Amino acid sequence: MSEKVVLEHDDLRRTLKRIAHEIAEKNPDAAGLAIVGIHTRGAVLARRLHALLAELTGADLPIGDLDISFYRDDVGAKAPAAQPVVHASHIDFDLSERTVVLVDDVLFTGRTVRAAIEALFDYGRPRRVQLAVLCDRGHRELPIRPDYVGKNLPTARGERVNVSLGEVDGSDQVTISEPSHAEALS
Amino acid sequence: MKHLLAIEQLSREEIEAILDRAESFAEVGRRDIKKVPTLRGRTVVTLFYESSTRTSSSFELAAKRLSADLVSVKAAGSSVDKGESLKDTVATLSAYDPAAIVIRHPYAGAAQMVAEWTEAAVVNAGDGKHEHPSQALLDVYTLRRRLGSLEGTRIWIVGDVLHSRVARSNLIAFQRMGAEVTVCGPPTLIPRGIEELGCEVSYSLERLGEAEVVYALRMQRERMNESFVPSLREYAASFQIDTRRLNPRQLLMHPGPVNRGVELSGEAIDSPQSLIAEQVAAGLVVRMAILYELLAGGERPAPLAKGDGTAEATPIGQPA
Repeated sequence: MSEKVVLEHDDLRRTLKRIAHEIAEKNPDAAGLAIVGIHTRGAVLARRLHALLAELTGADLPIGDLDISFYRDDVGAKAPAAQPVVHASHIDFDLSERTVVLVDDVLFTGRTVRAAIEALFDYGRPRRVQLAVLCDRGHRELPIRPDYVGKNLPTARGERVNVSLGEVDGSDQVTISEPSHAEALS
Repeated sequence: MKHLLAIEQLSREEIEAILDRAESFAEVGRRDIKKVPTLRGRTVVTLFYESSTRTSSSFELAAKRLSADLVSVKAAGSSVDKGESLKDTVATLSAYDPAAIVIRHPYAGAAQMVAEWTEAAVVNAGDGKHEHPSQALLDVYTLRRRLGSLEGTRIWIVGDVLHSRVARSNLIAFQRMGAEVTVCGPPTLIPRGIEELGCEVSYSLERLGEAEVVYALRMQRERMNESFVPSLREYAASFQIDTRRLNPRQLLMHPGPVNRGVELSGEAIDSPQSLIAEQVAAGLVVRMAILYELLAGGERPAPLAKGDGTAEATPIGQPA
């Protein structure tokens, strides 16, 4: 399996910083913002963005995270069983009248984001929802467009984008890999 | 896991997976909108041949909170009164193509039989004196929340063990989670040979102080055809759990419904060490987790998986 590194630790830090600047620029009223990350790595990125925005604007924004497993559109469809990892969502602030920035690591088909938006609306009616992603790899299956993109990654559909983050994986890195022949068949 | 028929069939890992899932449903219950769309478009049938408040209402609410369509049938007032057999009733209800059938029946093994007659996932909500797995799961959930882990916890199950499916399921579940279980009651109400399941047996409350958790069982008057105890009053004199016999550090549980003044004193029920209300609350989220596990399980969110993209349709929730 060949693996190509597309973002190193420093690139990732710079990229997030740029996204934070863009968020602050696009939302002059920073106090009305809230950051919500999608489990697992989106939630980690959300925490980093939250810290960067606090430095930048001086505002301590509300932050939350979402687990979308109850909102998936493929529930019951047979997929390979993976390790059960269970999260709960945490959104303990009022969403109404806020601009919520949803954060995820990779934007691919758009189905995760659709589920996240649906989940979000069960907590309240935000004024606006924006989407920030670290990587946009294309191949959308739904009409969903990010507001903030860390890096556009043109990929083939069969390739994988692997995001590693220090908090969960030990180090920061984004790589693209081609699945081995066996994996491609599975 | 296709059906939930008995705790016996579950490993410790499977029990923990269900309880972890229940934790995230507890979060759903704290929101303004206490409902998720997970089972939208699927049908859940509850079929109760015995009376029940907690189990039936919590399974029904669990199905609704998962957005399933619910058909709830009670034997009393249904065609069962007209003599329809269990098999015919199940065949009738199966015509609606339900995703799950939740059944309570007075005969042991009924749920197992239903599972052979239908395509639906079958949940045993109590079959005679055999098992009541969802009760055991919610009790483990309640204790795990309170104690963190059941490993090495000393639990006494006190009362009418002979007639109790709860005793049987809980004994197995508690032990599987690492607890040390003692069953206690008058000799006529303790099944012979129960120590072969690996528990201790006590015929008096003398050593009750050793327990960290006291799990009292209901005196099942409806299942008593012979005289197992001279009278309920005499039973209460020797085996009632009251605040005098209970020390303040012990936790008290009961599957409900309670015969106040028989197996438990009113004071003990309302004492701060009683977990009875928590058990009822746990029943809802654990039953949501059971339905989720059976109907949406198999496939699970895999946030730590390294990407995807090989399959034709992309499972969502997996990072790309």
